[in-house]
Amino acid sequence: MSWSSLIPATSFMPIQATEIAKEVDLLYAFLIIASLVSFVILIGGMTWFLIKFKRTSLDQKSAYITHNNFAEFLWSFIPLIIMMGIFYWGMVIFEKLRTPPEDIAAEIHVTAEQWAWTYRYANGKEFYSSANDPLIVPAGKATKLILTSKDVIHSFYVPAFRTKQDAVPGKLTQLWFEPKQAGEYIVFCTEYCGTKHSGMMIKIKAIPSEEYAAWYHAEKKGADSPADLGKTLFAQKACASCHSIDGSRIVGPTMKGLFGSGRKFADGSQAKADENYLRESILVSSAKIVEGYPPAMPVFQGSLSDEEVANLIEYIKSIK
Amino acid sequence: MSSAHTKTEHGHTDHNYLNHGSGIWSWMTTLDHKRIGLMYFATVATLFLIGGFFALGIRLHLAKFGAEPLLDPDTYNKFMTFHGAIMVFMVIIPGIPAFLGNFVLPIQLGAKDVAFPRLNLASYYVFIAGALIAASSMVFNQVDTGWTFYTPYSTSKTSNGVILLVLGAFTMGFSSILTGLNFIVTTHKLRAPGMTMDRIPLMIWALYSTSIIQILATPILAITLLLIGAEKTLGVGIFDPDLGGDPVLFQHFFWFYSHPAVYIMILPAMGVISELITAFSKKTIFGYRAIAYSSVAIAAVSFLVWGHHMFVSGQSTLAGILFSLITMFVGVPTAIKLFNWISTMYRGTVTFDAPMLFALGFMFLFTIGGLTGVFLASTGMDVHFHDTYFVVAHFHYVMVGGTLMALMGGIFYWFPKMFGKMTSDLGGRISWVLIFTGFNVTFFPQFVLGAMGMPRRYFDYLPEYTNLNQISTIGSWLIGLGFLVGLITIIHGILKGEKASDNPWGAKTLEWQTSSPPPHENFTTTPTVTAGPYDFR
Repeated sequence: MSWSSLIPATSFMPIQATEIAKEVDLLYAFLIIASLVSFVILIGGMTWFLIKFKRTSLDQKSAYITHNNFAEFLWSFIPLIIMMGIFYWGMVIFEKLRTPPEDIAAEIHVTAEQWAWTYRYANGKEFYSSANDPLIVPAGKATKLILTSKDVIHSFYVPAFRTKQDAVPGKLTQLWFEPKQAGEYIVFCTEYCGTKHSGMMIKIKAIPSEEYAAWYHAEKKGADSPADLGKTLFAQKACASCHSIDGSRIVGPTMKGLFGSGRKFADGSQAKADENYLRESILVSSAKIVEGYPPAMPVFQGSLSDEEVANLIEYIKSIK
Repeated sequence: MSSAHTKTEHGHTDHNYLNHGSGIWSWMTTLDHKRIGLMYFATVATLFLIGGFFALGIRLHLAKFGAEPLLDPDTYNKFMTFHGAIMVFMVIIPGIPAFLGNFVLPIQLGAKDVAFPRLNLASYYVFIAGALIAASSMVFNQVDTGWTFYTPYSTSKTSNGVILLVLGAFTMGFSSILTGLNFIVTTHKLRAPGMTMDRIPLMIWALYSTSIIQILATPILAITLLLIGAEKTLGVGIFDPDLGGDPVLFQHFFWFYSHPAVYIMILPAMGVISELITAFSKKTIFGYRAIAYSSVAIAAVSFLVWGHHMFVSGQSTLAGILFSLITMFVGVPTAIKLFNWISTMYRGTVTFDAPMLFALGFMFLFTIGGLTGVFLASTGMDVHFHDTYFVVAHFHYVMVGGTLMALMGGIFYWFPKMFGKMTSDLGGRISWVLIFTGFNVTFFPQFVLGAMGMPRRYFDYLPEYTNLNQISTIGSWLIGLGFLVGLITIIHGILKGEKASDNPWGAKTLEWQTSSPPPHENFTTTPTVTAGPYDFR
């Protein structure tokens, strides 16, 4: 790892607050070296030829060389191999950035709007972003954010974590990170969102996990947790008349163990039941009909708010 | 350096395309591709000055030299939008094909004109109409979406001016398609006797590949822009999540055009560079076939990589990985071109006239632009750099460092042919030094700002980004000054330049075998081609 610190350009990178940030910077250092070498070969070679073959008299004659198959093969093939290596290296990091680990210590719904972020924790704690109210997460443990937006597309970017994800209205996206130690880290909005785009900044405050646990359970702001609210809603909307919560088969699939399970659909396709799948199935169930079930569920698009949908999802997640 | 042979053949008749008819009306109704090319030149240069004004405004604001910000946030966002939209849709996309391409393509092919001269003139007026419609959005209901018009911001959160801008871009798209069509037919049907497809100049190969992209990709943009208009006026709900639409769908549509459009911008520039390198090295181009086919390869792959603009948009991880993989393939034909150009200089006899300096500047800046493109093509790396100043620096190195350097080089190279006069070589060199230096001072710090995490399209920023932003702003004045010197050199050349010979650079392609400026129909006798385009033996 130490060789990468020899590359001055890496010193411009923000602090490495996660393990992945270190890995990203290693790739960055490699790319800087590879670029410098390529640049020296190309532009250095060019400059050398310019000096060596500068025209000095009028009757000078150029050589007549049309091509060289061997050289041309080499300078096509070698870059291709290098590019494939860079592609693979980037892909390995990308998959880590995109795949949250199994044990998530904090799961937070983050809703963007012009020009602020709102966070809702699993127990109903809720904040509106401000300079004094950073997003609180445990240090040394994984946090998963479930992002959406109320109006336009925003993007949640934490330079210190080298990660970024758009928050898209009408859709749930996710982002995860594991800050190595306690500290405060800046969050930018990076998708242009109007007048105060550049002012849409918050901080993430990572605190020791015991402290986090105490903070999380103290002074609840909301009356009920999203899952509790979702449970009430589940009853109100009579979801239970078609969906059991104990694993038994009635009109529709059971909710028991649904979250995270693999689904097979009538059209032969498959997907994993994540937040986005649940959201889509609640709002417009006909989008993906589970194999062996009738397309009987009514459309809830327009009659459920984003928050109600999020609450239902949290309840479904809790039915293990 | 002009050969006496060429001079005597064409004699000294003072009849040329510039004095073939006189009066403004003879220009406005001309069907001569050379005149139409010059009309594009005047138009694009004017638009470039307007786009440059907004650029300097943006940079001046970001330097924060005063206690009070120079612009308010809304004005800043509008400046940013106008700068991007003007430079992309009205300067860089039409610049080389419509201006230099129009002037050079038929003469290089040994043709009297393009295949459809009336359509060519119509394309020009369609372009003017589009530019006027788009420009009217600067006056009525100004737009602040950025040149990418992302939904749902553009459809539900901003002024109706976006309809005007989008309609303008839509209209200019027709001009682009018609010019591309005209070039393809001209290349296939009007080549001089003996000019087989493997004897056409590389500039033509580049314009030909560009034309294919223009014809295939521009309709996608047209449809996308119409959908924006429909969404905004009728609320059809294709992109609006409240109506069941998908806002990310817009990005797929938009980049399906706009990524290939990047190659509409850079391929013609590569064509110009191929001409300049061989002419000023006085040596046959190295690997003619490789350069020609790599243009076509770049055009083909350009359609398959749009998703690399969307690695963090919420598209699936697998899609991101596949787009990254395909994007890497673009690097290969690009590297092939660079190696071939450099090999062309090997054992040549190189001279450093102003056009060659711009070509060498292109090589330097485009190499940096290309290498940093690899950073962004790599998914794991791009997540950090996406939508930061690193991206801003990267695409300016490619588009300004690449396309505009080539455009300047091309102007100084073909100037004697266009006007029958020479520009001041000193003026060209001073312009080059200022633009080249200023460019690096402006945009290199932006790579560092991006690595530090500064997002793009920011009206304001953290204090730690201040110094680099100020350096960047100072660089932008050098660029502005450089283009000013360039403009003065060009105007001075037109008015007071020394008379140019038919072939001042001693180049081999057909446009140098006719008089400077050429007669109305390019050649007094149809040329016959017996060898490749760069036969410096």
